[in-house]
Amino acid sequence: MTPIIECCDLVKTFPGCRAVGGISLQVPRGRIVGLLGPNGSGKSTFLKLCNGLLTPDSGQLLVNGRTPGVETKKVVSYLPDRTYLNNWMNVAQLIRFFQDFYADFDTARAYDMLHRLNLDPMQKLKTMSKGTKEKVQLILVMSRRAQLYLLDEPIGGVDPAARDFILHTIITNYNQEGTVLISTHLIADVENVLDDVIFINGGTIVLSDSVDNIRDKQGKSVDTLFREVFRC
Amino acid sequence: MAWSLQSDRPLYAQLVGQLQRMIVTGVYPAGSRLPSVRELAAEAAVNPNTMQRALVKLEEDGLIFTQRTSGRYVTEEQEKIMETKKEMAEQLIFQFMEDMSYLGYTKEQTMTMINRTEEKSK
Repeated sequence: MTPIIECCDLVKTFPGCRAVGGISLQVPRGRIVGLLGPNGSGKSTFLKLCNGLLTPDSGQLLVNGRTPGVETKKVVSYLPDRTYLNNWMNVAQLIRFFQDFYADFDTARAYDMLHRLNLDPMQKLKTMSKGTKEKVQLILVMSRRAQLYLLDEPIGGVDPAARDFILHTIITNYNQEGTVLISTHLIADVENVLDDVIFINGGTIVLSDSVDNIRDKQGKSVDTLFREVFRC
Repeated sequence: MAWSLQSDRPLYAQLVGQLQRMIVTGVYPAGSRLPSVRELAAEAAVNPNTMQRALVKLEEDGLIFTQRTSGRYVTEEQEKIMETKKEMAEQLIFQFMEDMSYLGYTKEQTMTMINRTEEKSK
């Protein structure tokens, strides 16, 4: 099977800024991968490129063997770094909206997660706290049976108990062949659930290895290694 | 039993150790069926691939075996389990002796101390 993400010399520049400066990598299927890097290292830009929200300046990028577009969006579930949902909708309406939009959306699963997080389906997005909104968004994203989940900072704004729930959801609910790519800087929280990590800085890959290899070779946690590599 | 994982050692090796513990202490008795990879992974809050790797290692060591359709089972050979238990005990003793010698105690002093401390706690 082809890797879920393949890219070669991928470059994306913004005026005065080289956000992604020549990334080449392959992300296999069935893995949970952490995309780790300091602020402004190009994590979100890379995820947006994979999702077709941005187009590369040069280089090649294939998702599920295709250039990002309508076909790849069918199999990619993306959690953006900011909310784009309609504020006036309640959760039940949002679920219906997603159900209409995505053929792989599993409504029963969405309601199950809502119930477990004690969220009220009738509550409007606009009346929710920031953390609760993030939970709702993540539920919507994880309720799809996608091939690739692109999660941009999924645990940043929620409390530790909800963090555990979210990580639990990620390891129990993703497809066996699906891949989850998580960008975050809360490394200690996620490293136990990751297969592989990609360290990115200044738009290039600094290191790419499996978590167990890192611990084996370096004798330290990914979190510690990160602090060393990116010491300010 | 709760899973406790340290952050500076490979996860899969720690999972192997904890599963061995559960088997030798009878949490999963000889011949019993183990939960699925996903269940175990969720319980330990680790990635299923990592748990899978740990189970493969235990299988190579002969402590568990796979029944093609129905899942993984703990070995029925008591000897094998006892052997693992002995290895684990030895490991603990080595570690302990090393720590004691680091503190400056000889083997004899350590032995005397063990007996004395044990009597005190009775």
